[in-house]
Amino acid sequence: MKHKAQILDKEGIRRALTRIAHEIIERNKGTDGLALIGIRRRGVPLAERLAAKIREIEGSSVPVGTLDITLYRDDLTTMDQQPLVHRTEVSFPVSDKKIVLVDDVIYTGRTIRAALDAIMDLGRPRVIQLAVLIDRGHRELPIRADYVGKNVPTSRREVVAVRLQETDGEERVLILEKD
Amino acid sequence: MNWKRKDILGLQNLSAEEIRLILDTAVPMKEILGRAIKKVPTLRGRTVVTLFYEPSTRTRTSFELAAKYLSADSVNLSTSTSSVVKGETLKDTARTLAAMGADVVVLRHPMAGAPNLLARTIPAAVINAGDGAHEHPTQALLDMFTVREKMGELAGLNVAIIGDILHSRVARSNIWGFTKMGARVRICGPATMIPPEIEAMGVQVCTRMEEALDGADVVMMLRIQLERQQQGLFPSIREYARLFGLNRKRLALARPGALVMHPGPMNRGVEISPEVADGVNSVINEQVTNGVAVRMALLYLLGGGGMPDA
Repeated sequence: MKHKAQILDKEGIRRALTRIAHEIIERNKGTDGLALIGIRRRGVPLAERLAAKIREIEGSSVPVGTLDITLYRDDLTTMDQQPLVHRTEVSFPVSDKKIVLVDDVIYTGRTIRAALDAIMDLGRPRVIQLAVLIDRGHRELPIRADYVGKNVPTSRREVVAVRLQETDGEERVLILEKD
Repeated sequence: MNWKRKDILGLQNLSAEEIRLILDTAVPMKEILGRAIKKVPTLRGRTVVTLFYEPSTRTRTSFELAAKYLSADSVNLSTSTSSVVKGETLKDTARTLAAMGADVVVLRHPMAGAPNLLARTIPAAVINAGDGAHEHPTQALLDMFTVREKMGELAGLNVAIIGDILHSRVARSNIWGFTKMGARVRICGPATMIPPEIEAMGVQVCTRMEEALDGADVVMMLRIQLERQQQGLFPSIREYARLFGLNRKRLALARPGALVMHPGPMNRGVEISPEVADGVNSVINEQVTNGVAVRMALLYLLGGGGMPDA
């Protein structure tokens, strides 16, 4: 894969998350009943960072859960490699909560659809909102994010690679092109 | 690692890495069992057939629930109500099921090797749910899962398997499985029920139960089939219970906190005393729950995981 451009550096990611944290607090009028759920893998550290920022700003903690959507995917038969199933760890009841679902990139919208199904199986939240670091377009389902770090128009040949310290040992967002 | 097998026929041919993948996949499956809504859409549109030539409530129900929790359609065929009583061969029954679109066939059969024959005959995935005195891989996997969950690691543990080793497919699969994962396995039972040259499987044979229990981390009791007494394999039920039954006094020889296991159904007061079966060391009920999680993991891995293209 060819390296094409860097769209966010470490500072850029930090600023985007700070802004999203403020927007989440503003839209929900505080942190009452709020909970964050990160989609494996890179949504999880992003959700944890957002929770830390919200605590910094508001002084109150919001619970963070981890969602694995492998069992909810609609493309398992067409994949070369069957993905490993990981644990879903949502230790708080989701019923009546204001859930902010967090992921790194939104693309076709199929991952988010699967995540919505998975959350609904855990209970009945009052509302589900969506926060993503990058929106790269090309939606195949009527799904949009409530909080976006950066909108990046891409072609389908391109790949958006989010690299985070916790999962990749570096901190940046790149556009790569398939050979 | 990537799962490549079409079937689960036994643990003898599985690698430690494959066993580990199955056990790892069962962990998130168990999380689903703890939810209010125990259902995920993973195998929607897939069909799982349980084909049982021997009676079994526990294993069959466990497979059926596992299939339902993954949203597969499950059909149960027991031989008493099918064309098997009209003399249809296993191969023909299987071909019929395959033609009807079964994706996974779970087979229990009194003949060792029947699942292997079936696996070669039909394109569907085949899971051995017990064949003769050969193997019962899913029981051994759920036993390993239970031990790993409680003890953290299987390597280095002392596992004592006590009872009718000769006729036990559960014992055989557990010996393959636990030794592959680095545990030390000791077996014990009446001399008439210990297969000759079983040491070749890498186990230590103990003639006295006390020897087998000494310092054991896991004590696995096997069900004694009472009809074996008529075959002259042991003199009396009472004597069997006295020499090879697990009671509180004997259990004290094992390591503190040792796990007591039994594949069920139990003969209470024969191979296991009620106080031990219901005691703090017993994980017998958890074995049943974990059985569903392990079978879900297998159905996920063999069923391709996916659903037809939407």
